[in-house]
Amino acid sequence: MTSNMTESQATTVQEGLQGFAQDWSSDKQTFHVPWGKAMMWIFLLSDTFIFGCFLTSYMNVRMSTRVPWPNPSEVFALSFGGEPIPLILIAIMTFVLITSSGTMALAVNYGYRRDRAKTAALMFITAAFGATFVGMQAFEWTKLIVDEGVRPWENPMGAPQFGATFFMITGFHGAHVSIGVIYLAVVAMKVLKGDYEASGNYEIVEITGLYWHFVDLVWVFIFAFFYLW
Amino acid sequence: MATDGHQEHPLSVYLWIWVLLFVLSAFSYAVDYIGLEGYLRWSLILIFMVAKAGLIIAIFMHMVWERLALIYAILGPPLLLSFFIGFMAIEGDYTFLTRLNFFGETDFVAQHHTDESH
Repeated sequence: MTSNMTESQATTVQEGLQGFAQDWSSDKQTFHVPWGKAMMWIFLLSDTFIFGCFLTSYMNVRMSTRVPWPNPSEVFALSFGGEPIPLILIAIMTFVLITSSGTMALAVNYGYRRDRAKTAALMFITAAFGATFVGMQAFEWTKLIVDEGVRPWENPMGAPQFGATFFMITGFHGAHVSIGVIYLAVVAMKVLKGDYEASGNYEIVEITGLYWHFVDLVWVFIFAFFYLW
Repeated sequence: MATDGHQEHPLSVYLWIWVLLFVLSAFSYAVDYIGLEGYLRWSLILIFMVAKAGLIIAIFMHMVWERLALIYAILGPPLLLSFFIGFMAIEGDYTFLTRLNFFGETDFVAQHHTDESH
């Protein structure tokens, strides 16, 4: 009797709000996704709170300082032999990361088509764009530390909090990108070797993709609040 | 709707979103390049930011095709951050006014760049 009930419930999976209530009730599996994907989402949720706290503390110290805040438009300007172009380095970094997100989305798609060569190639391209991003960030840090004399505790251009929040937020994001590059390379190698052929399950590519898109997502917020505001 | 977590969609969807993200990023950068100021600048920054974030989450991260149980579990909790942000904004304002009260206006002189726009 009871088993019959659960069977009939399991066969009628409902949509919308009724589906929401159904999924969360009666001691059964809540998320109808592979456990790895659910775990990645929950990890990303916790990461959202970390970056949320960083950006909130940045807002707080920027609002509360009496000392003028440096203008990021000028600080991150670059000159290619002529007039300095405002914020150009950050703009290029943004486009590099958006491009890598696009190649990652395509990699996930080819993963489900079980096209190993294309999936691995697109993942390596994504990792290469990620490495390019980190390289440009290293250049940006060097410029700020060596040429401008910015430190986490002082800043000759204005509020010392600029240095503290800049190194903390971009450093933590850069670490995420670096880890993502390694993660992508490892999974791409495994795809290429055919480790997932036996099961035919290329869900791992989508899970890796979730992490990578999240790194891009965080940059959208850093770009808006730290560099453009 | 995919219920087994299998997310396979036409390539054209991704390519369109990719193009849109490029265009929105260009708009974001244009806000700074043109040098818009004040509320126009801030609102445009926020609009382009939310649009980009929404497209990435909805399409690239496949959230629009997931079931509500997962969508609410992941997107609901971060909304609580808005309270935290609100409290910290009030607190930051208070600290700023207290500092002005006790230390007066800043006598800081920049050594390299100066921020003329403020």
